[in-house]
Amino acid sequence: MNKETTDPRFKIAHREAWIGIGLAIFNFIWWFGFAYGLGSRPVEDYTYIFGLPDWFFYSCVVGFILISILVIIITKFFLTEVSFDEEEDV
Amino acid sequence: MNIGVIIPLLIFLIAIFAIGLISSKRMSTGNNFLNDYFLGGRELGGFVLAMTMVATYGSASSFLGGPGTAYTVGFGWILLAMAQVVTGYFVLLILGKKFAILARRYKAVTMIDFLKVRYNSPAVAILSAIAIIVFLFSAMTAQWVGGGRLIESLTGLEYTTALFIFAVSVLVYVVIGGFRAVAVTDAVQGAIMVVGTLVLLIGVVIAGGGIPAIMQDLFNENPRLVTPFGADGSLSAAYVSSFWILVGVGVVALPQMAVRAMSYKNSRSMHRALVVGTIVTGFIMLNMHLIGIFARPVMPGIEVGDKVIPLIALEVLPAWLAGIVLAAPMAAIMSTVDSLLLLVSSAIVKDVYINFIRPDAAEKRIKQVSFGVTGLLGVIVFLLALQPPELLIFLNLFSFGGLEAAFIWPVVLGLYWKYGNKYGAIASMVVGMLSYVGLHFYNEANGALFGVHTVTLPIVFSLVAYIVFSLAVKKEAYQF
Repeated sequence: MNKETTDPRFKIAHREAWIGIGLAIFNFIWWFGFAYGLGSRPVEDYTYIFGLPDWFFYSCVVGFILISILVIIITKFFLTEVSFDEEEDV
Repeated sequence: MNIGVIIPLLIFLIAIFAIGLISSKRMSTGNNFLNDYFLGGRELGGFVLAMTMVATYGSASSFLGGPGTAYTVGFGWILLAMAQVVTGYFVLLILGKKFAILARRYKAVTMIDFLKVRYNSPAVAILSAIAIIVFLFSAMTAQWVGGGRLIESLTGLEYTTALFIFAVSVLVYVVIGGFRAVAVTDAVQGAIMVVGTLVLLIGVVIAGGGIPAIMQDLFNENPRLVTPFGADGSLSAAYVSSFWILVGVGVVALPQMAVRAMSYKNSRSMHRALVVGTIVTGFIMLNMHLIGIFARPVMPGIEVGDKVIPLIALEVLPAWLAGIVLAAPMAAIMSTVDSLLLLVSSAIVKDVYINFIRPDAAEKRIKQVSFGVTGLLGVIVFLLALQPPELLIFLNLFSFGGLEAAFIWPVVLGLYWKYGNKYGAIASMVVGMLSYVGLHFYNEANGALFGVHTVTLPIVFSLVAYIVFSLAVKKEAYQF
């Protein structure tokens, strides 16, 4: 194997790791923003969606559905299929 | 004794045995025992991969301790639990394809194998083996206690008898079936968890007279139950957020998760597992913790948190259905225990015995030692679990945090940073573990430092140690 050049599959892997970090940061901001943005109001002012407190509904229920959709989109359009086996067999 | 509950549970246990036996039959056809027994021959498909990750991760704390705490603390604890959705995609995306490729190139069967070759250092391997054996051993004991308690509260049997039934069930299929049996039973158990939590959630909502009525009851009892800050207002934003490290992104460093990230067949399996894992993790966590809090108006006054789920299931569902639903936490505990057992066993057999004691051991001998060690470990944990330590959830979190502080940087930076070397890895593991244990006792005595969970600072310290020692001792680029 040529030791001088980096395996091109690693470039793909590095990109996908950054996607993971980006998604986690987005997930955290969404979760934190709605939970403490809406949740810090006086409890008498809460509204209820499907019976659940609004901060919780947006932060945890909508947040979870949104992240699931994003994962599906990322998997479909942004991840690349690569082979895991070594081209040159040892 | 409640026959209606016990029969579905028994059927569940028998089905699990059958799967273990079938998997072990398939195993005997493979030609590499270690690869097959501890890694399932690297041929997991997407669905099984996702389910075994969820099931391994979702343990007694997600099914008994967590909902029990939500019962006491309110919606703030569900918010905290939802940090776990991130594990569904983060572990596979971060370790990702690079880990899968390198693990194959290094012929790694365990996370320790990977570290040993990456850092070209026996010292790293020994240190990792010690960390895994010590920390996962305590995690495993906590889970066995949970399993025993659950059977106890369902059947009315004595704790010792209940624990014995649990131990025998787990040991039979782990010892004979190995990783593939564990992964396949995990998939079945994961499916049971999904269905079980949904049925129970619906049952609780109906028993409570609908969600708005439940919410009104909670509000009337204590308005703080519906805020993010906990029943006594003590859950700060910083504290809850720091659980993103402990039960979210830090999970990437847990050996039981990492080993799964090298076990899948191809990148299509991985992609499928990303989607399935994220959805299933979020679904289970949301449902289970909602059940915990909704149970409060339906059955007020439960003292022991771990008993909330079993009691509410018996209260709101017909007995036969409760039996099926309660197979879910049972499944969660068993699937965590089986993975941990196999992992500790692999650390001893593969990383200690073969590496340092008998490098030339024959295939047949390795086989005997593997079965023997796995069985013996089970017996030791059983004996420890007879004197159960209190507070299941915190014991479990203790070991998670210790392992994360030890392994996160040697694994992640070992994969992606070419200047990472063995000096950095050793320093990082030592600093991570020692500072975690030290800070744990400091926080116990004085309250959480800076108001965040114990794991936060040690992860920062171990990062600094990794970078400083890698660069200071010998700055040399590693050729992947």
